[in-house]
Amino acid sequence: MSYIIDRRLNTKNKSAVNRQRFLRRYRAQIHKAVSDAVGERSIKDMDRGGKISIPTKDIGEPVIYHGSGGRSTRVLPGNKHFSEGDLIPRPEGGGGEGGSKASNTGEGEDDFSFTISQEEFLNFMFEGLELPNLVKRQLTGVEEFKQVRAGIANEGTPGKINIVRSLRSANMRRIALTGKKRKRLAELEATLEALSPGERTGPGYDALLDEIAKLRKAIAATPWLDTFDLKYNLHIKQPIPRSKAVMFCIMDVSGSMDQATKDIAKRFFILLYLFLQRNYEKTEVVFIRHHTIAKEVDEDEFFHSRETGGTVVSSSLRLMHEIITDRYSPSEWNIYGAQASDGDNWDDDSGNCKELMLNNVLPNCQHYSYIEITPRSHQSLWHTYEEVQATCPDRFAMQHIVTAADIYPVFRELFHKRVA
Amino acid sequence: MTQPLFTTSEWNFDLIRDCDRAIGELAREFRLDTYPNQIEVISSEQMMDAYAAVGMPIGYHHWSYGKQFLSTEHSYKRGQMGLAYEIVINSNPCIAYLMEENTMAMQALVIAHACYGHNSFFKGNYLFKTWTDADSIIDYLVFAKNYISKCEERYGIDQVEEIIDSCHALMNYGVDRYKRPYPISAQEEEQRQAEREEYLQRQVNDLWRTIPKSEHAEGDAKTAQRFPSEPQENILYFLEKNSPLLESWQREIIRIVRKIAQYFYPQRQTQVMNEGWACFWHYTLLNELYARGLVTDGFMLEFLQSHTSVIAQLPYDHPYFSGINPYTLGFAMMMDIRRICENPTAEDRDWFPDIAGKDWNETLQFAMRNFKDESFILQFLSPKVMRDLKLFSIIDDDNEDNIEVAAIHNEGGFRKLREMLAGQYNLGNREPNIQVYSVNIRGDRSLTLHHTMHDRKPLADSVHEVLRHLHRLWGFDVHLYSVDNGEIKAEYHCPPKPE
Repeated sequence: MSYIIDRRLNTKNKSAVNRQRFLRRYRAQIHKAVSDAVGERSIKDMDRGGKISIPTKDIGEPVIYHGSGGRSTRVLPGNKHFSEGDLIPRPEGGGGEGGSKASNTGEGEDDFSFTISQEEFLNFMFEGLELPNLVKRQLTGVEEFKQVRAGIANEGTPGKINIVRSLRSANMRRIALTGKKRKRLAELEATLEALSPGERTGPGYDALLDEIAKLRKAIAATPWLDTFDLKYNLHIKQPIPRSKAVMFCIMDVSGSMDQATKDIAKRFFILLYLFLQRNYEKTEVVFIRHHTIAKEVDEDEFFHSRETGGTVVSSSLRLMHEIITDRYSPSEWNIYGAQASDGDNWDDDSGNCKELMLNNVLPNCQHYSYIEITPRSHQSLWHTYEEVQATCPDRFAMQHIVTAADIYPVFRELFHKRVA
Repeated sequence: MTQPLFTTSEWNFDLIRDCDRAIGELAREFRLDTYPNQIEVISSEQMMDAYAAVGMPIGYHHWSYGKQFLSTEHSYKRGQMGLAYEIVINSNPCIAYLMEENTMAMQALVIAHACYGHNSFFKGNYLFKTWTDADSIIDYLVFAKNYISKCEERYGIDQVEEIIDSCHALMNYGVDRYKRPYPISAQEEEQRQAEREEYLQRQVNDLWRTIPKSEHAEGDAKTAQRFPSEPQENILYFLEKNSPLLESWQREIIRIVRKIAQYFYPQRQTQVMNEGWACFWHYTLLNELYARGLVTDGFMLEFLQSHTSVIAQLPYDHPYFSGINPYTLGFAMMMDIRRICENPTAEDRDWFPDIAGKDWNETLQFAMRNFKDESFILQFLSPKVMRDLKLFSIIDDDNEDNIEVAAIHNEGGFRKLREMLAGQYNLGNREPNIQVYSVNIRGDRSLTLHHTMHDRKPLADSVHEVLRHLHRLWGFDVHLYSVDNGEIKAEYHCPPKPE
């Protein structure tokens, strides 16, 4: 009478398509919500998924219904003290329709909130961004291969035996080895057939029978399958060409960078780091921080430790150049640089920077971006870099950031996909 | 001494089967006529999927279901809401979902409530019998889903989405209120679909033929009959058949949305009865199980605890008040009918001479079969229930300064109160009455609709948005007039008229 079915093992993501449809349709709004979130979140939470709110009015499904007004009647439960004919003053603005619906859950009723995963969050965050000028592709020959078929071989593992080819070659061998004998056998048999009964005696006849028997035996003794018949499928590894890229992150940690500025710089680099990690798995990142001297550090130290001192920007560029010469040959690597600073520098150092930049760094780089984080007016470094930009406009980009809210737009500006 | 069916709170499939069998036998003793049951145990994630599909086991893809899903998921995962214990689908066999998180006691409650309560209502109530076809609905939904996917492949997701958006906006105006639809099976549907495509297009072409037939036909234009000859309440149907520019696949999509709207139409009109009936029967059946020693005291406590929270009614001035709880009203009325039959008071004999002292089961089944919320309340709401719920009614007239209390639960107010409450469940009052009035066939092909006002109530602002959708489906200018006593009170145009 009743069927009881266990459906728990059925797929549970029946709504996945509809969910995707929703995200697709409201891409723009979600994008904006994600951008806002990037500005507001703490550095640690930057890459988490989580709550996203978009305005309800944008996603409404309109239907026709009665507005307030006219004459409406309503039956309500729980009368305590009213009698027939009582007059109740109309509540402010409520129009008698159950009063206002202020929300006390912290989410305005004007917002539609939902949760997206980290994956989706990052997708929205880095949608439409890419590293510019990623062109050098090297046959590394070591990192990744793909298996491709390369015909048939005589040797191989039993698992790769090609049965059809093996049997075909056995057949060929058998035909080749027994061909003469078969021909002879056929002749002898024809002779035997031609003999009249009277001739079927004597040593000649016996010799004939003998030879036929010998031939038959020899043919039967030819092996049906021999070891050298076996054929194997051959697979070989082919290296996959891939672009090798390295990103140099250069941050000023000198005394003039106050905590807020450093925080902004770190946020910028975190974004950059997430972006690279996500979209370019094989991209290497080199972290350089500098005050008067530059130092290559690891990720943890770069983002979390503190240091102070004066500022010599050229030290970092020099270190970058050294590292390039040492480890990242420009003929093989796509090299990128990103630098953040408050614009402070020793006065006589900016000239060095320009020289280093134009002669050593930029010729080896695919792209170099500089962000200056300062609410004050620009100093010598900015002006020097402006000259650099004028010389190499396609390789050098610079942007100015004042508050944390500027980071994401500037980041997008620097890395947006360029249409060829 | 009979052994209880179960003593643990952990459920398993054997226990569910035994429990279903025991409840099923009882239901037969009470003469409940049901479709066969298909009880499906699902996880909470699947329950959220079922939520998002708004009660359809198979739905076509649309972003609005994704929106529903996201918001359910968001509030559920943050603990802002619990999920319903069950969802039941009006089909044959009747599909009921049980959540795996439920305790055994809850599973028993759900089986009694959904598999025998709702199920027998679906099978017995005249609205469901008339408007829905439980045998073929699953098939039809499969057809609809496949058809729409095919359209998406052929014409692109955006195109299809646009049409569905527009149809959804007009979904409440896609039902026939008086005509009985012809039952359909999926196979038939597919066969007929191709023929219909061709036929429809021909008809539409005929209607929009621009070449004048003859000289004197032109002169007749003014005296020519209005089209449509009578106002049409089923706007989606009208568009499907007559919209000038739609392609045949677009007409088919309108038809699909319309069919689904029609399928849900009875549910929207029988909420109080349906829930009341199901609550009444789970209460009656489980109490009977207890009386026969088939369930334990512990079970009854757990059951009553959730039963009372389901049928709780908050007073009007409570901060969480959100209208009359249909479970409360329905359950109270069903229990009251039984009371009137078994132990009538003088008041009952006065108000319900027909049923006082009659067989209660027969009376209830009669009520279940032949009424919808509006008429059920009008017929069976007794003074006792109004007193118990302390009902009162208010009139909010924008011509008056104050809200007036029109009636309360006293001798003079009962009938008035009952009438007003019934009116509150009348879909005709609740939804603005909008009908297709005329089409300018010879001229600019504009479509004119009339909104016949009810108690001078205006349309909410969303009407502008909906008109845009209507305009998309019609393809030419759309005009909507709010009419009160033959006088135009408001007008809406899409595209908007220049000032």
